[in-house]
Amino acid sequence: MSARRTYMRPMDGWWRRDPFFVRYMAREATAVLVVLYALVLLVGVVRLGQGQAAYEGWLQALKSPASIALHLVLLAVFLYHTWSWFNIMPKTMPLILPNGKRLSPAVVTGTGLAAAAVVCLALVIAAMKVAS
Amino acid sequence: MKRSNAPIFWSMFGAGGMLSALAGPALVFITGIAVPLAILVPPDLMSYAHAHAFAQHWFGKACLFAFVSLFLWHGVHRIFHSLHDIGIHTGAVAKLFCYGGALAGTLIAGWALLSIGF
Repeated sequence: MSARRTYMRPMDGWWRRDPFFVRYMAREATAVLVVLYALVLLVGVVRLGQGQAAYEGWLQALKSPASIALHLVLLAVFLYHTWSWFNIMPKTMPLILPNGKRLSPAVVTGTGLAAAAVVCLALVIAAMKVAS
Repeated sequence: MKRSNAPIFWSMFGAGGMLSALAGPALVFITGIAVPLAILVPPDLMSYAHAHAFAQHWFGKACLFAFVSLFLWHGVHRIFHSLHDIGIHTGAVAKLFCYGGALAGTLIAGWALLSIGF
C-alpha cells in the first residue's frame, strides 16, 4: 500500500502578502544577527582568556572593512530590534492596571524607548570618559 | 502533571531581548565601530590591559557573561519558533541545535571568564 500523499499548502512567500507579516518576519530575523553579535563577543572573551597576542588578533580583526560593514548592519538591526521590542511590549507584558484602567500602549512603548535611549547614551558617554 | 520547561526558555528569551533592546545598539557601536575606528572613545578603551582588568572584576565578568549568554538564549529561542514560519517542521533535532548551541556558548563563555580569574 502506498503512503498517503496529503495536500500540503505551499508556504512560499506567505509573509510577503501583508505588511504586518513583513514586519513580523523582520522582527524575528533580528534574532539571527543578535546571535551573530553574541558570537563575535564570545570569540573576544575566549581570545581574552588566551592571552594578549590572541586578544589583539581579535581587536585587529574588528578593524577590517568587512567587520566594520558587518557592525554597521548589526547597529541598524539592533536599533530595529529595540524599536520593535518596545512596540510589541504592550502585548507581551503582564497587564498593568493603574486606577483600574489599562495602561495605554503608547505609554509602554514610549517609556521603553526612552529607557533604551538613556541606557545607550549613558554607555557611550561612560566609554568616552574612560581615562586613556 | 509534568511541569513544562517553556517558562525557563521564555524567561531567558525575555531577559536577553530586554537587555539587547536597552543596551545592544550602544554595545555594537562601541565594540564594533567606535573602538576599531578610534572615533569618540579613547583609542585604548578595549586594550588588552583594560579588557583584562574589566573581565577580572566581578561586575565586568557578570556583564560579559550576561551579554554573551542572554543574547544567545534570546536569539536561539526566537529562531527556533520562527523555523515553522519558513516551512521547517521542528522536532527534537532542531531543538537540540538551537538550545544546545546556546548552552554550549554559555558554558564556553563561563569557562573562558573563569579562566581569566578574579
